[in-house]
Amino acid sequence: MSLEIMIVKIRIDGKYYETKLGKNLLEACLELGLNIPHFCYHPALGSVGACRLCAVKRFKDADDKKGHIIMSCMEPVTEGMIISIEDADASAIRAAVIEGVMTNHPHDCPVCDEGGECHLQDMTVMAGHNYRRFDFKKRTYKDQDLGSFINHEMNRCIQCYRCMRFYRDYVGGKDLNAFAAHNYVYFGRHENGALESEFSGNLVEVCPTGVFTDKTLKKHFTRKWDLSNAPSVCVHCSVGCNTIVSERYDSLRRIMSRYNGAVNGYFICDRGRFGYEFVNDEKRIRNPKIRINKNEKQEEVSENNLILTSLTESFSKDKKIIGIGSPRASLESNYSLLSLVGQENFYHGISKREYNLTKTALDFLRSSSVKTPSLKQIEKADVVFILGEDITNTAPMTALAVRQAVRNKPKAAATEKGIPLWNEYPIRNYTQDSKSPVFIATAIKDRLDDIAEKTFRGSNADIAGLGIAVGSLLNDEASTLKLSSNDQQELAEKIALSLKNAKHPLIITGVNCGDEEILHAALNISIALRKNNPEAMLSIALPECNSMGLAMLPGKPLDEAISIASNEIIDTLVILENDLYRRTTKESVDVLFEKSKQVIVLDHLINKTSQDVDIVIPVSTFAESEGTLINNEGRAQRYYKAINNKDEVKESWRWIGDLIKLRNNDQSIPWNNFDELVSSLVNELPAFSKLKEYMPDADFRMYNAKIPRQSLRYSGRTAMNANIAVSEQKVAEDNDSPLAFSMEGQGEQPPSSLVPFYWTPGWNSVQASNNYLDELNGSLKGGDPGIRLVESNGENKSSYFKIDSHTVDLQKNELLIVPAYSIFGSEELSSAGEAIKQRIPEPFVYLCEKDADIFEFKDNDMITIEIAKSKIELKVIIENSLKQGVAVVSVNLPGMPFIDLPASGIFSKM
Amino acid sequence: MNYLLIIGITLFVVLSIAAGLIWIERRLLSVWQDRLGPNRVGPFGLFQVIADTIKLFFKEDWVPPFSDKPVFILAPGILMVTILLTFAVIPFAPDFYVFDSNIGILFFLGNSSLGVYSIVLGGWASNNKYSFIGAMRASAQMLTYEVFMGLSLMGVVMMADSFSFRAIVEAQKDCWFIIPQFFGFVVFFIAGVAETHRLPFDIPEAEGELIAGYHSEYSGMKFGMFFVGEYLGVTLISAIIATLFFGGWLGPSFLPPAFWFFLKTFFFIFVFILLRASLPRPRYDQLMSLGWKLLLPLALLNILITGAVLLFLK
Amino acid sequence: MFSILRTIWLTFLHIFHRSETVEYPEVKPYLAPRYRGRIVLTRDDEKKERCVACYLCAAACPVDCIALQAAEDDNGRRYPEFFRINFSRCIFCGFCEDACPTYAIQLIPDFEMAEYDRQNLVYEKENLLISGEGKYPGYNFYKNAGVDMGVKRKGDGLTEEKPVDVNDLMP
Repeated sequence: MSLEIMIVKIRIDGKYYETKLGKNLLEACLELGLNIPHFCYHPALGSVGACRLCAVKRFKDADDKKGHIIMSCMEPVTEGMIISIEDADASAIRAAVIEGVMTNHPHDCPVCDEGGECHLQDMTVMAGHNYRRFDFKKRTYKDQDLGSFINHEMNRCIQCYRCMRFYRDYVGGKDLNAFAAHNYVYFGRHENGALESEFSGNLVEVCPTGVFTDKTLKKHFTRKWDLSNAPSVCVHCSVGCNTIVSERYDSLRRIMSRYNGAVNGYFICDRGRFGYEFVNDEKRIRNPKIRINKNEKQEEVSENNLILTSLTESFSKDKKIIGIGSPRASLESNYSLLSLVGQENFYHGISKREYNLTKTALDFLRSSSVKTPSLKQIEKADVVFILGEDITNTAPMTALAVRQAVRNKPKAAATEKGIPLWNEYPIRNYTQDSKSPVFIATAIKDRLDDIAEKTFRGSNADIAGLGIAVGSLLNDEASTLKLSSNDQQELAEKIALSLKNAKHPLIITGVNCGDEEILHAALNISIALRKNNPEAMLSIALPECNSMGLAMLPGKPLDEAISIASNEIIDTLVILENDLYRRTTKESVDVLFEKSKQVIVLDHLINKTSQDVDIVIPVSTFAESEGTLINNEGRAQRYYKAINNKDEVKESWRWIGDLIKLRNNDQSIPWNNFDELVSSLVNELPAFSKLKEYMPDADFRMYNAKIPRQSLRYSGRTAMNANIAVSEQKVAEDNDSPLAFSMEGQGEQPPSSLVPFYWTPGWNSVQASNNYLDELNGSLKGGDPGIRLVESNGENKSSYFKIDSHTVDLQKNELLIVPAYSIFGSEELSSAGEAIKQRIPEPFVYLCEKDADIFEFKDNDMITIEIAKSKIELKVIIENSLKQGVAVVSVNLPGMPFIDLPASGIFSKM
Repeated sequence: MNYLLIIGITLFVVLSIAAGLIWIERRLLSVWQDRLGPNRVGPFGLFQVIADTIKLFFKEDWVPPFSDKPVFILAPGILMVTILLTFAVIPFAPDFYVFDSNIGILFFLGNSSLGVYSIVLGGWASNNKYSFIGAMRASAQMLTYEVFMGLSLMGVVMMADSFSFRAIVEAQKDCWFIIPQFFGFVVFFIAGVAETHRLPFDIPEAEGELIAGYHSEYSGMKFGMFFVGEYLGVTLISAIIATLFFGGWLGPSFLPPAFWFFLKTFFFIFVFILLRASLPRPRYDQLMSLGWKLLLPLALLNILITGAVLLFLK
Repeated sequence: MFSILRTIWLTFLHIFHRSETVEYPEVKPYLAPRYRGRIVLTRDDEKKERCVACYLCAAACPVDCIALQAAEDDNGRRYPEFFRINFSRCIFCGFCEDACPTYAIQLIPDFEMAEYDRQNLVYEKENLLISGEGKYPGYNFYKNAGVDMGVKRKGDGLTEEKPVDVNDLMP
């Protein structure tokens, strides 16, 4: 691979440029900031040379005046190559190609959602086609209903096949296909229905025109140039994908992926893209609510003061006050609560099980020398072993990264034959179906099974057993276990051998499966691997966007707060952005509320917790505040507000600042702005000391101006509020970030963590991101944003976990139950959105046919399960991949009570 | 006649003319530009003057917080006072004048020099770049033109053998001084235009470059005083030209002498306005070199020839 | 020197020229149909709103005095939920009319829209929408566009072939 770092000189239109060997010409030119029109090429999808738009002229040598036309995306860069982009012949070909493409393209731009950020528009302008000479009729198609996420408008299709290459080749989707022949080619499903893939939303960005557009945006459509944007981080899982959130008229309009070479690359999952609708929800709390008497209803109050004066004396300094943090609130909000109540009274708002597992994960990541990979590094893994975690549903982008990792071995083989990596079809032809080995051990069939070399199904104990066996095979020090069945032992040996021989072995597990044994087994494997291979990697999926950040703060699990409440009276209970009914049983929460004289909840949506408390304080969501989230690899990333707060909505940390002032009964607020809050956090907790280094402060300026959130063409400034008052109001100030709610300022190429949107001259579509990168598929200019706070210390000191396998004795009518997460539904916030709601499954239980026969259940029967004395009703789905004796139950779906899984439950008919 | 009455009548007439000039100038300019001009307020738009005055009186009289306040307030007053004082020595008719001074011309020259203070101080006190540049330009321009404005009148003084305006008018009984003192008239006229900084010599307040020059920061009636002061200046220079070169009140006796005086004065006011309608503003250096290189030698030559001729005739 | 005197003389001669001033309001000037005055929103040949809320007028507006929000009816037809022009900011440049792809927004020969209260210069869609077709009778954007939004079925448009039968493999 030494070829890849060789620098070569090429001559383009008479000027010399330097680039790296191993790239194709188009890639090299785009990196150099030269505009070559292209359609079918996408940095993540490689070159196929299909659209013929990237034609340039190549000259044999300096004496060659005639030259010959080449497709730049299919041409490897060579030393001293001479090409011309502006050559008349090449330009004529490009214009002709576009003209051909445009013959059937409808006269739709005014009503097309892609208009203004359309790659086809950009390319038409760039290639110079401006007059339609084709006088005949246009081809039309009938469209399909592709569900609540994606709108389909086939007339606009230009047959570039990018959607196919993304949906089928890149994410492994099966239900989008190309139909018909010649110029009738049609991209769609075999029948109407939602696209099955969890990554279908990326079609919106991949499609160079308006065939696939965002259906949620369509409901409140706004052009790209009218959006006020901010760089943000997805709050719907622990991976921490970077996003761009966009506002217009005080409502959140859409989410797009924001390139981060180390995290999500070009794409995000559908939960991240379409889960934003809760921000605009009617159930948002916009004004404080108070309840004077426990039996009365909450009443809305409009004045800040009212709420602060209504805090009873049980809030004063000498009273017992308890704070419950949240894994879905930012690090700063959690910290502010911690400083309000003090470390000894701060509780993580998560169940004991989740608390312990997350702590274990964090401690391991801190102490061991096993690498925690970024998603980019996961894509580089050559053997993957997934233990117990359904990553497609709990950390979707990790699953997408694993899907790319399986191509590494065949790709390496292809490169040995001299096929460059970017040359997509030859690589696929050469490799055919061969894959890097992926082993998946889960209770039930997995979305990644199609790329797995071997899958294993069993109870949690079986999975842990397999893990322990693999670990013991890799290293004798680990606890040994000889598996009872020969098949399993064979599998364990096969996995161990693969991992041993791998250059970049990767173990993936998670805390969502809820099983300590599995986690320990996975950690043991990674320790064993690390002994011989410093490249061994371990990725642990965590439950929520800031689970890691919360774990890094001092505090105790929620259950301890409840046990305190059962013994003594709490004067004031402050709950931060947390629905406790999702964290523990109803009885426990009720005890907690009963024993608290006064309960204050800070949250953005009305939920079970916020419905029934004394004071509800409206706080802003991720789209309306700044904050830092720490993802499952320990990477701290900051999000910024796109919407300026209105009504009484304020950031949690700002409200809590007011509460601190009130409690201490003095006039000084502990922090006036976000930067002071972060400084205070860094001073008090040294674990976060790196935070200050990476994030630009609010007084950061480019060319003496803040970075504008709005594009240069932002419209309607003098009219958007004219119905209220014709005199324009002062532009809202943002003292917490270096971004401005304005179109004024020099917006080009801000620091990578502050890019509010991608736009460069000539590039209005998402393809503009190319100009923000050092190298396509590489890192952003100035390095990828985010900083790792949890870094392994290099020395391999961690010792093996001792695993006590425990067996559960099942009673009659009892089965072991493990949790099943749904990408749509199991996460609290996204489930409030309309689009996501339509994809949320009914609460279900998977049973294998034999178990179902024993209980006499049929498919779609409604049954009752009793777990730890609480009863839930579920729909039966027969699934034969399950091992007998194990049932899989959906968790955290809207309307479902909290259940602490894995556990055993008693099954009965309704 | 009662002094006070004469002073009152003089002030009334002079100020009325100056105010009326606002309307006259706008109407005349529009005639020369093929327009109609203000014709809405009252008959022929005559009440436009009143409307404008009311507007000026009711405008916010803003004193910039960054200005030198006493000087800022004083400046427009100086202009009004110096110009109005000069009218005291102008004879409107053989028996209608405020004060027949035997140093009338020197009094006029002295007052017009003092008038520069108004502009320089106004521009200075405004504490504003444009005003300051305007004031600097004004002082240089005034100093320059002051020199040969005085020199150009010396021929007249020599011929009439007196500094008194009355005596000068009397001396023109046989022949208006325009004929023997033609060059003196040309120099004085140009210097007069420059002295009142009227177009084309309005360099101190050139709108295109300096917003409004020295009076950029003025508003309300303070601006009004500068504004009226300019028209008073025009009237004054016209009256002096009529007096010194065109025989003042002299004329056929079927009409009263005051009529002839005002007829001549108004003629020159029209010429002033015609100049404004037709000529562009010169560059600043052109203005200065015209003064020092052409008009000053011309004025000196005029004195030399006049003196020589007078000596020869004696 | 001579040219200066000649200039003064020529200017003086303008005393004898006729005045060009038109004495509005007693005399109403002729305004061409393409005069850029008050802005209206027109309707198509089916008397439905022409505006498809594409935001191009808003983007073209140099003083940013147009604000609107797109909405869709049951057929998916786009229309502006609100459409607001702040005439106290409008400079009547006509860029919005040039930008409009559907002939919806048009400037008409009417300029008499002075108000005592500036707030009254904010026109909402009700104030802008007229019942006629304005300068381009007969034009209906949806008959030319490729989308099916209740105006025509796919393939029935002016420039369209019948929809492709995806199951057909004939050459």
